[in-house]
Amino acid sequence: MQLTDFFIFSSLMSSINQLLLEAKSVTKYFGTITALENVNLKIHAGECLGVVGDNGAGKSTLMKVLSGLYKPSAGSLFFDGKEEILESPKDSQNLGLEMVYQDLALAGNLPIGENIFLGREPTKNIGLLKFLDYKKIKELTDAHLGKLKINVKSADQKVEELSGGQRQAVAIARSTAFNAKVVIMDEPTAALAIKEVGKVLDLINSLKKTGVGVIVISHRMDDIFAVCDRVMALFQGTNFAESELSKTSRDEVIGWIMGKK
Amino acid sequence: MENKDQEKESLYLKIMPYLEKYGILLLLVIMIVVMHFLQPDVFLSWRNVTNVFKQISWQSMLALGVFMVIVTAGIDLSVGSIMMLSLMILAIVAKAGAPWYIVVITPLIAGFLCGLFNGLGITLLRMPHPFIMTLGTLYIFRGTGNLISGGTPISGFTDEVRYLGHGRIDLTWLGLEKSQYLPVSLVLIAIVYIIFWIFMNKTRTGKWIYAIGGNPNAARASGINVNKILVIVYSLCGFLSGIGALILAGRTDSGYPNAGLQSELDAIAACIIGGASFFGGRGTVLGVFAGVMIMGILRNGLNLMDVSSFWQQVLIGSIIVLAVYIDVLRRDLGTRK
Repeated sequence: MQLTDFFIFSSLMSSINQLLLEAKSVTKYFGTITALENVNLKIHAGECLGVVGDNGAGKSTLMKVLSGLYKPSAGSLFFDGKEEILESPKDSQNLGLEMVYQDLALAGNLPIGENIFLGREPTKNIGLLKFLDYKKIKELTDAHLGKLKINVKSADQKVEELSGGQRQAVAIARSTAFNAKVVIMDEPTAALAIKEVGKVLDLINSLKKTGVGVIVISHRMDDIFAVCDRVMALFQGTNFAESELSKTSRDEVIGWIMGKK
Repeated sequence: MENKDQEKESLYLKIMPYLEKYGILLLLVIMIVVMHFLQPDVFLSWRNVTNVFKQISWQSMLALGVFMVIVTAGIDLSVGSIMMLSLMILAIVAKAGAPWYIVVITPLIAGFLCGLFNGLGITLLRMPHPFIMTLGTLYIFRGTGNLISGGTPISGFTDEVRYLGHGRIDLTWLGLEKSQYLPVSLVLIAIVYIIFWIFMNKTRTGKWIYAIGGNPNAARASGINVNKILVIVYSLCGFLSGIGALILAGRTDSGYPNAGLQSELDAIAACIIGGASFFGGRGTVLGVFAGVMIMGILRNGLNLMDVSSFWQQVLIGSIIVLAVYIDVLRRDLGTRK
């Protein structure tokens, strides 16, 4: 199957306005500090939502709640319309939510393939014992990197030997290796050389076409306006403003970040 | 200029993986050759080689346990004390007249429980670093060992109990002489190291141990239960120390208060010499074995040449510093800035 065929097929399969994930009145306390207060968020299939906000506005905390790394102090999460309680990132992964962290969350001492499949390694049984299936890891990695048109010397290369852009590509490849429905990207272009930014943004646009809902957290207005359909701003842990991208402007969004409407 | 750099890099990429994997074995072989030339009649004799393996037998168990802990970027200072406590419990159970199969199992269970205690302490009590917890248990376990034994040696075990540490596999059926036997402890080392090599390299749990050492946040974000894996690692480390106690019981025929004193430092040294990185995520089972062998051969060789044990200390210390410096250079070359 051609890559383009695959995209068309996928977008036909998922009705474009299907609500994938909804967070309702999420509140999170750390001791006496209120990091999030009654925050709402929605993401639909094939849509890209930009989340903006100043440092400490609660963006990262919200994403960690969505991915199950933090438990919300109050509020609820709905995946495909069904309320779910996440005990760990494994639960959100099982529901089709993947996270690409700002610090990339890759183990530099492991090769590319083992990073992509970390925690979900394919195994084969020998007798009663389960052993890692290195051959399958390599095959699946090569196929997946090829699908995303990510060029690296070899899937066996250690991640610490890669450039920043290559690492970001591996992190995104990792997030999409298991039929993700929603991918959250925390500052996906922050650590990249300028020539690599375009490639990552292209990758995000390709993901949208497959029916994946993408949430991008970014400070860079260029990124937000290149890939997002909708943008929401957090300010001091609350929903501050939200708009279709076509109905707002850079200056207005920058104003939201600073708490001005 | 750029071309030259690229050439250098490609050469580096070709050689380094092999050097990283087998460089330490090269050092081991060099040492053996040098010792052979210095002591041609004795060093490679059957008697001396088996002697080296008997001497390193229990240390190799502690080193293997500490190695897994170091891969997670942790440390276990209590392995010597775990071994001593397990040995004392073994001695008391043996003196109480328990059948040999009970006596043999007790140090393994005791070691495992001590390791479990470490693991639960580190994770549940959220100790800032495993150094603290295992420094505490270094005193706790040795103190307990002395309390239950009254601080005095307990000697005299049956042959079954002593088999792993003292047993001999007769090879006369191969046409060898009676003195050319195979120590059971050597076979035990081989079996245990092969099992743990498979565990670390071929199982998901082993892969996750490396991942935790490489980047614990990445492991956590991947849905790996980091605390559970840490508890497993420290428990296995304790279990291996228990095997060490069983071997030592066979070798010395006695439980004694000073057993394994400072052996945690030897175990750490063997791991570091063998290429395990204190930053975690790096090192191989084969490397640890080489590290244990290098220390064993150094001690043995220097003993054969009648060099004072004070010089042995100086030399082992120097090798540690040198080994870590090589590790630093390797990281500088291997990681992009």
